[in-house]
Amino acid sequence: MSATTSSLTLQRRFAVGWLRGSRLRATITSLILGAICLVWTYPFLWMVSAALKTNVQVASGAGLIPPSPQWGNFERAWTQAHIGQYFTNTVIITVSTVAIVVATTAMMGYALGRYDYPGRKIVLALYAATIFIPEGYTIIPVFDLINRLHLNDTLFGIILAEAGGAHVIFVLLFAGFFSQLPHELEEAAIVDGAGFVRTFAQVMLPLSGPVIATTIILQFMSSWNNFMLPLVLTLSRPELRTLGVGMFAFQGQYYSDWSGMAAAATISLLPIIGVFLALQRHFVEGIAGAIKQ
Amino acid sequence: MARAFAAPVLSERLYAARWCYVFMLPSFGLAILFTFWPIAASWYFSLLDWSGFSDERPYIGLANYVELIGDPYFWQAFGRSFLFMAVTVPVRLTLALIVAIVLNDAALRLAPLFRTLFFLPVVTTSAIVGLLMVFVLSPFNGPVNQALVASGLVGRPIDFLGDPATALYTVMGVSVWKQFGVSMVYWLAALQTVPPEQLDAARVDGAGRWDLLRYITLPHLRPFAIVIVLITAVSALRVFDLVQTMTGGGPFFASEVMEVYIYRNAFSVQGGTPRLGYASAAGVLFGLTVMLIALTQARALRWARQARGDAGLRQ
Repeated sequence: MSATTSSLTLQRRFAVGWLRGSRLRATITSLILGAICLVWTYPFLWMVSAALKTNVQVASGAGLIPPSPQWGNFERAWTQAHIGQYFTNTVIITVSTVAIVVATTAMMGYALGRYDYPGRKIVLALYAATIFIPEGYTIIPVFDLINRLHLNDTLFGIILAEAGGAHVIFVLLFAGFFSQLPHELEEAAIVDGAGFVRTFAQVMLPLSGPVIATTIILQFMSSWNNFMLPLVLTLSRPELRTLGVGMFAFQGQYYSDWSGMAAAATISLLPIIGVFLALQRHFVEGIAGAIKQ
Repeated sequence: MARAFAAPVLSERLYAARWCYVFMLPSFGLAILFTFWPIAASWYFSLLDWSGFSDERPYIGLANYVELIGDPYFWQAFGRSFLFMAVTVPVRLTLALIVAIVLNDAALRLAPLFRTLFFLPVVTTSAIVGLLMVFVLSPFNGPVNQALVASGLVGRPIDFLGDPATALYTVMGVSVWKQFGVSMVYWLAALQTVPPEQLDAARVDGAGRWDLLRYITLPHLRPFAIVIVLITAVSALRVFDLVQTMTGGGPFFASEVMEVYIYRNAFSVQGGTPRLGYASAAGVLFGLTVMLIALTQARALRWARQARGDAGLRQ
C-alpha cells in the first residue's frame, strides 16, 4: 500500500518536474526565437522607420523610432514618384486578373471534374503537361503576342497576359472538388428546372468556397508581386507601370532620397502584408497543399 | 465521379456535352494563347535573326545555337543559375527543417506568432524587397554595415552588392531569407503526419527527445523530403526579380543568372540591338534543362509516393 503511494508520488513529482522542464525549455526557446524573428523582420521595420524619418536621420542610423514622423515622405512618394499612379495600376491589374482566373478555372474545373465527354482526356493531359514546362523563359513570345494584338498601350494587355496561362493547379483543385460532390445535387436542380449553367452558378459554385478562397489568395499574391511580365510589357509605356516596375525605374533617379524610397516601398508592401496577416491561415494552407497531395 | 454522356453516335455525344465545351473555352483559349503558343513560338523564334524593331526576321537555321555554344557569357550565366540552386537549396531546407522541428513543439505557445514572422517575407514583392535590400546592405550608412562597423566585426563597410566576389552570394542570402517560409511550411505540413501514437509509445519506452527525432520523426520525413527538395530546386532557378533589382546581373556580370542573361539580350541591350531570336534560343536551351529536372522530379515523386504507400501497408 505505502509502496504504491510512494511510487505514485514519485511519478507525480517526475511529471511535474518534466512539465516544469518543458516549460522552462519553451521559455528559453521563445526568447531565442523572438530575437531571431526581430532580426528576420528587421528590414521591414527599418523600412517603415526610414519612411518616417528625414534623409539625414536615416543616414545617421540612431534607433528605429523616428523622432518626429515625417508624413511628407509619403506625400512626396505618392505624387512626385508617381507611386499613386502605380498603385492604381497594380490594384486594377490584380483585381481583374483574380476575377478572370477564378471564373475561368472554376468553369474549366467544373467541366473536367464533373463530366466525361469526348476530348476531356486530351485537355487534361495537355494541362498536366504544363507542370513540366518552365514559365518565364517564354516571355519573348508573350511580348510579341501582346504587341501583335495591339494590346501594348492599355492595362488590358498586362491583365490578359497575367490571367493567361493554364493555371493547372487551380483547375485541378476545382476539378477535384467538383468531382466529389454528390449527384443528388444535380438531380434536384434538374427537377427544379435548372439547366447546366444555373446548376453550376446557383448550386455547385457556392459550395466551392474554400477552393475559391485558395485561388483568390494565391493569384492575388502572384499578380500583386509579378515583376517580369509588367516590366517587359511596359518598357515603352511608363504610365502603365506597376509598383515594382515603377520603383525599379526610379531607383537611379531618386537614389539619394532614401526616406522617399522607403515610403514608396512601405506603400507597396503594406497592402499585401495586411492581407496576409488577415488571412494567413489560407496562405499557409494554400502553400502547404502543394506537398500534401 | 465524372458523368458520361450516353449516346451511340459521336455527334450526339458532342451535342449533349455542348455546355462542357463552352465552359472549357475561356480557360483553354487563354492557355493556348499564353502557354501552348509561346512554347511553340520560342522554338520557332530561336531559328530567326530578329531584332524586334522591324518585321524583317530572316530564317537562319541553327546559327543562334551555334553562337550560343561559343558564348562564354551564356555558359557562365547557365552555371551561375545552377550554382544558385546548389547553394540555396541545401541551406534553405536545412535551416527551415530545424526551425520547423523547433516550432512543432506543443509546449511552445508562441509558435503561431513565430511561424507568421518567419513566413512574412514570402508574401512580399520580390522586386521591392530587392530594391529595399540595396539600401539595407548599402556600404554608405546602410543599417547592416552600420551594425557591423559599430560592433567592431569589420573595420570598414562591406560593399556586398558592389563587389564581384560577394554580389552573387549576397543575393543568394537574401533569396534564402525571402523563400525560407515556404520551405518551413512544407516541413511543418510533413511533420503533422508523424503518427502521435508512435511518439507516445517510444516516450513510454523511455526514449529522449533526440531519440524520437532520430529514430521516428526524421525517417518518417524521408519520402516528403524528396518531394520538397525537388520542388525547391526548380523554384530556385527563378530568381529574376531579386537579381535584376539588387544587382542587374552586375557588377561586371558577376551575378548574371540565366533569366537576366535572356532579359538583357532581348530587352535591355546597352547601346546595341536587341536580339530576340538569340535570346529565344538561350531560353529554349535552358528551358529544356529545367524540363529535364522537372521530369526527374515527376519520376522521384512517383517513387516517393510508392515508398509512402509501402510504409502505410507495413503499419
